[in-house]
Amino acid sequence: MDLELILSMANATLRLATPLLLAALAGLYSERSGIFDIGLEGKMLAAAFAAAATAAVTGSAWLGLFAGVAVSIMTTMVQGFASITLKGNQMIAGVAVTMLAAGLTTFLGQTWFGQGGRTPQLSGDARFERIILPYANELSGVPIVGPIYAWVLSGHYILVYIAFLAVPATAFVLYRTRFGLRLRAVGENPKAVDTAGISVTFQRYQAIFITGILAGLSGAYFSIAQGAGFGNEMTAGKGYVALAALIFSKWRPVPVMFTCLLFGFLDALQIRMQSTELPLIGEVPVQAIQALPYVLTVVLLAGFIGRAVGPKAGGVPYVKER
Amino acid sequence: MSARHPLPRWMDIVLLPAINLIMAFTISGLVVLMIGESPLEAISIILYGAFGYGDGFGYTLYYATNFVFTGLAFAIAAHAGLFNIGGNGQAYVAGLGVIIVALALDQTHWLLAMPIAIVAAGIFGGAWALIPGYLQAKRGSHVVITTIMFNFIAAALMVYMLNRVLKPASSQAPQSETIDVAGRVPQLREFIPFFGYSPVNLTIVLAIAALVAAYFLIWRTKLGYQLRTLGQNSVASRYAGMSNSKLIMIAMTISGACAGMVAVNEVMGVQNRLVLDFVADAGFVGIAVALIGRNHPIGIGLAAVLFGALYQGGQELQFSMPTVTVEMIEVIQALIILFTGAMEGLFRPALERSYALLSFEQNAEATRRATVEPES
Repeated sequence: MDLELILSMANATLRLATPLLLAALAGLYSERSGIFDIGLEGKMLAAAFAAAATAAVTGSAWLGLFAGVAVSIMTTMVQGFASITLKGNQMIAGVAVTMLAAGLTTFLGQTWFGQGGRTPQLSGDARFERIILPYANELSGVPIVGPIYAWVLSGHYILVYIAFLAVPATAFVLYRTRFGLRLRAVGENPKAVDTAGISVTFQRYQAIFITGILAGLSGAYFSIAQGAGFGNEMTAGKGYVALAALIFSKWRPVPVMFTCLLFGFLDALQIRMQSTELPLIGEVPVQAIQALPYVLTVVLLAGFIGRAVGPKAGGVPYVKER
Repeated sequence: MSARHPLPRWMDIVLLPAINLIMAFTISGLVVLMIGESPLEAISIILYGAFGYGDGFGYTLYYATNFVFTGLAFAIAAHAGLFNIGGNGQAYVAGLGVIIVALALDQTHWLLAMPIAIVAAGIFGGAWALIPGYLQAKRGSHVVITTIMFNFIAAALMVYMLNRVLKPASSQAPQSETIDVAGRVPQLREFIPFFGYSPVNLTIVLAIAALVAAYFLIWRTKLGYQLRTLGQNSVASRYAGMSNSKLIMIAMTISGACAGMVAVNEVMGVQNRLVLDFVADAGFVGIAVALIGRNHPIGIGLAAVLFGALYQGGQELQFSMPTVTVEMIEVIQALIILFTGAMEGLFRPALERSYALLSFEQNAEATRRATVEPES
């Protein structure tokens, strides 16, 4: 393989890992606080639509991003109200929210823009620009470091950098702050937290608020950064891949990043490998690579390679003793 | 805290689902109103489209057939305390079993091909659900997550099978060869002209049989008793000497086999070949059907017809009111799942409290009489 191919694959990996990373970190806050979240896909879809619709109307990508995040938070709060306050089934709440987002986005898209559920093509300020890091051109001549800096790290949308900065931030919040300690505690042993006089309910709502923000960023990335406008089902199951990544990395922030990079790489590989022959193996079916993240997660969950044990109180609504 | 009185049966199985349905429809109505159309007119179009004439009613029943299978699939697993959201994948993979049998036997007679195809669909669908079941029972991985993953694995597998294995050399489209007329499940319109050109076929008889069989399985057999015990209290079932892991695997297999019957309806009765994505999210509709039907065969049958009507009526609605697309039905369905499945806590406590208040006076009267009588 030549250098250029490696660099472009690395670039594509970062690009494709970003929405997964944002969504997986979103899920991390929720699940670490004891709320299983299989509604990531729905929040991303709702955010993608809201972002594209707002950007199309106002012509501002930043307003679009803001709207996407706001809608994602609202969706999360509906799900949270069902799972935290009403103590409903968290799985069903997730399924319902995803379905609601899938139906409403297409429906409202068709009603408002009349283009078969798509939003108008975005251009100019309505879409995020790629950011060229300082001195990228000047440094590209430097051996090894130069091309990596110029062609892999530079030239991404701002959300890509936000996503990767969110990893150390999440690790710090989770392991080094009082908020993080409490968040992990309500996910493992809510009764102990309650006994210490801290509201489990409020703590969980705070956690899913962050989930809403991150899932909103992830959704907006699809429609106003990577793509130029919203299309039906545009998140295409990436919310579930993110969920798989979260489980695969055993609910820890730094491994989440590496898993998302791995899954992003598989995605890039899958695009690159369409109908190319490999030496020895022959042609690898694209579908095999597409299914790989899911298969890996199942294998991990089954405990054949390591063991993935989620937060102990996950999926169980907290009922105060009377 | 006042003790919570359990609701009487009729409130639990009729009133509560009705309230939740009304909530879902009201919100959907508001959405329709918001875009400037009349919700009442929309409902009348849906009702006419679904029940008003033969073709429409036939389509309603055709959709309902699928939803009965997926609803039962979800319900049977739910009785055992399992949350099987892999109905889509199980039905999709079952299509393989059906098409293999159908293409091998389509020169004989449907009376031979159909039963064997049913068995094949059950085996393929059941096996696809057995794996997550096994992983939950023996390896402790959560069945919800694994069934989600298996939906995606099934989708990738089927795209591969259709493109590389089942596609005839002469064809470009990713679909299998067409099943010969002799091997297709007969359409109801061949016996009852009333149904016009609708694709409702004899599989509906299988659906009704499945409802009856599910009732007997769950409430009239030893296995059903064991499954319900596991679902209510897994410690109790183990204490009573049942093998929980065996029961989990059995429940998932039956559930998957049930979902697999969708493939019989679609592949042998409607499409006459295996096509991409023939399940069309029937698995997820099944969740709504089972929730609103309270996991009971009668409820599931009624809910399946309700959703069949919504799907068929929704298609009609799209023609008459171009601004209201068929996705509106998906919205209604999501709201129903939300209200009946996840937001049960919204109305149940209030209902229980008001019921307790109403019955309080009667209770007081009864206690007074009971305590007074011995003295006299």
